[in-house]
Amino acid sequence: MTRFWVAVLSLMLTVGASQSDAKTFRYAYRIDPASLDPHALAETFTLSWLGQIYEPLVGRGRDLELVPALATKWEQPNPTTWRFHLRPNVKFHNGESFSADDVIFSVARMKAEGSDMAYTVATVTEVKKIDDLTVDFILAKPNPILPLQTTSTYMMSKAWAEKNNAAMPASIKNKQENFATSNANGTGAFKIASRQVGVKTTFVPHTAWWGPKENNLTEVVYTPIQSDATRVAALLSGEVDMVYPVPQQDAARISGTGKHQLLTGFELRTIFVNMDQSRDELLESSVKGKNPFKDKRVRQALYQAIDMEAIKSRIMGGTSNIAGIMVAPGINGYDKKLDVRLKYDPDSSKKLLTEAGYPNGFEIGMDCPNDRYVNDEKICQAIVGMLARIGVKVNLLAQTRSKYFEKILSRNTTLSILGWQPLSYDAHSTLQDVINTPKDKIGTYNVGSFSSKKIDELTDRIENEVDPAKRQALISEALSIHKDEIGHIPLHQAGLAWGVRKGVSVHLRNDDSLELKWVKVED
Amino acid sequence: MGSFFIQRLSQTVFVVLAAALVSFAMFRYVGDPVNNMVGQAASMADRETMRRALGLDDPTILQFLRFLRDALSGDLGVSYRFGVPVGRLLTERFPATLELSLCAMLVATLLGIPLGVWTALHRRRVSSHVLMLLSLVGVALPTFLIGIVLILIFSVWLGWLPSFGRGATVALGGWTTGLLTVSGLKALVLPSLTLGLFQMALILRLVRAEMLEVLRADYIKFARARGLPNRAVNYRHALKNTLVPVITIIGLQFGNIFAFSIVVETVFQWPGLGLLVIQSIQFADVPLLAAYLVMIALGFAMLNLCIDLLYAAIDPRVRTGMVSARARS
Repeated sequence: MTRFWVAVLSLMLTVGASQSDAKTFRYAYRIDPASLDPHALAETFTLSWLGQIYEPLVGRGRDLELVPALATKWEQPNPTTWRFHLRPNVKFHNGESFSADDVIFSVARMKAEGSDMAYTVATVTEVKKIDDLTVDFILAKPNPILPLQTTSTYMMSKAWAEKNNAAMPASIKNKQENFATSNANGTGAFKIASRQVGVKTTFVPHTAWWGPKENNLTEVVYTPIQSDATRVAALLSGEVDMVYPVPQQDAARISGTGKHQLLTGFELRTIFVNMDQSRDELLESSVKGKNPFKDKRVRQALYQAIDMEAIKSRIMGGTSNIAGIMVAPGINGYDKKLDVRLKYDPDSSKKLLTEAGYPNGFEIGMDCPNDRYVNDEKICQAIVGMLARIGVKVNLLAQTRSKYFEKILSRNTTLSILGWQPLSYDAHSTLQDVINTPKDKIGTYNVGSFSSKKIDELTDRIENEVDPAKRQALISEALSIHKDEIGHIPLHQAGLAWGVRKGVSVHLRNDDSLELKWVKVED
Repeated sequence: MGSFFIQRLSQTVFVVLAAALVSFAMFRYVGDPVNNMVGQAASMADRETMRRALGLDDPTILQFLRFLRDALSGDLGVSYRFGVPVGRLLTERFPATLELSLCAMLVATLLGIPLGVWTALHRRRVSSHVLMLLSLVGVALPTFLIGIVLILIFSVWLGWLPSFGRGATVALGGWTTGLLTVSGLKALVLPSLTLGLFQMALILRLVRAEMLEVLRADYIKFARARGLPNRAVNYRHALKNTLVPVITIIGLQFGNIFAFSIVVETVFQWPGLGLLVIQSIQFADVPLLAAYLVMIALGFAMLNLCIDLLYAAIDPRVRTGMVSARARS
């Protein structure tokens, strides 16, 4: 019973405390981060959310440009070494000082079994301590984009992790709970005050944070709200100050209240169509004995039969950005000159099909997720209708993401849509993971097994090319070859929309990441 | 009585095992959890290694036996999605769902019975017709739509009640309750109404029908002939006799309410078991789903066992196997 009265008393105290000049920012997103362990899952939202608590050596600014975080400057003394000069007087949330040992420890932890972040430091063979505030990342071969790749490479405290038996990330093999899954100790501008998994997380500012204070928050409350309608209602009723994503159908409702505003942008994720180009006979098709997608004319016919303007205006509410190449504006390596779509021209599509030997078209199966990308299923349905006009009958299978990814990643698919946002925000990832010929760790998401030796070669050179101008030329060449070959059919980048209460200022960055350090609550 | 008890108990164990096996057979169709557990940078080989480490390649029956072995030693496994023990997640979420279900049942009963009596006694009044129409709406409209409409009216337009969550909760030992704080009570109103509306309509209609039946009975006529006041006739004699089937229905519907909470919890972001389960289905979080389904099966089986034993205690014919009371009802 004592416990009860203590609880009641503490509740009264909190009520009393909130009377003071507190600036609380309450926000909601669709899901809760999977884990507090910064090395557990390389997923965009989890990493962005954890970026409030943990920090990398090199961070991202308001326009995604590289900015100093835990490193004040970085340079390449030679092509296979990156030297990072660490920021002095950085404190972890528990008061420990940050130093070179923590960097060495964190990189080793990221490479350990159970970590999902090994890819960010895959090229690093060793981290050498020069002194307490200088580290050298030694590489097997030149890697010009290491700083780009490591903006989510979060630093943990060696002493804290070892003390709490969390020196290794949680591994499914030992089936044990890891301390770092439910507890956090970073260097970021905010620290966790309380957390109930899947329900609510409260942050408070890290008073010893090194950076300039650009926010005026005293408390932050994060709540995942899964249902779109409820999330929007929570904003409109004033229970939260900001929600994202705002579903398209509610955009007008939010900007129309006069008390809220809608911030918009474009995703960095490009949505595209995969076509199986490797099998000699398609899995789900009426064409027997050959694979029509091996013929570029057929791929082009499909491409030119898809009316992206119609999809933009009718399905995406005018918010999408139509894509002509596989990388989005804002991604390093993006080339505006190439970003032009082939003309929508169903008549020439029909001609191309006739030339290729399919005057009456053919029948194929298509896979589509229905809960992964913005309007994914509707886009697929529209494509089905558009392809029917040129005689290609598509049997659509739209299903939930677990089922969908299981099917397409086992290459058990003929036609499908997919989205790709490079975690490094660099075109090399798109080339390596989506466009290169599948082999070992390469081309994992090249579901249609498009293959071009020339692009594979170029990708290898891009990986090691240190000169930025030359590197850009190589990327543009690779993207241009892929475009000519029609390896995939690029569709668009979906629009981003955040709903914010007036009197609260947040910065919408195009990677859909909310940075609490830039949030101001004016009244 | 002893052999009867053992017989029923062994049946219960069998039912729970069968439910667990069926749910394991279904997990093949919820999709591949591995692709949700790793980021996009993981290679196909990494995924395969993980799949093998999780034992997802093994035949269903082997996975099932492994689950049974671990569960019997008290280990329900670690959630694929959250990386924390499943048992802890379920116990953390259980109070929210139970409180919501109880409140919904309370709403349904406290509104359903008096309104049912009212509509039976004043059949021709306009208010009765309106109530009957509304109860039809309660039965016909899908729960999520009612929830969204209530949110729109009471949260967005009027700003009286919260649209999501549980409000502030107080921890009493291992139990978190929202019943002791103002915000917790306010947060309960809309979800309880939404969840209870269907049951309320059901109870209202049942009470009305039973009441009309009873009011025609001879003993009511005699009671009136004796000059008893209306209130005594209606409430002491008529209503009391209608309550037996109503109580049975309330008992049976409680299970339904618990299950229907999945929809309501999603609409109101109510942090209970239903929300946890719906998210786990999307993620294909097999350990959590397995534990939840077995827990629910166990709950229903135990409830039925208790009812069976009660029947047996009341009616000796059941224990001697002369007649099955359950089969009749």
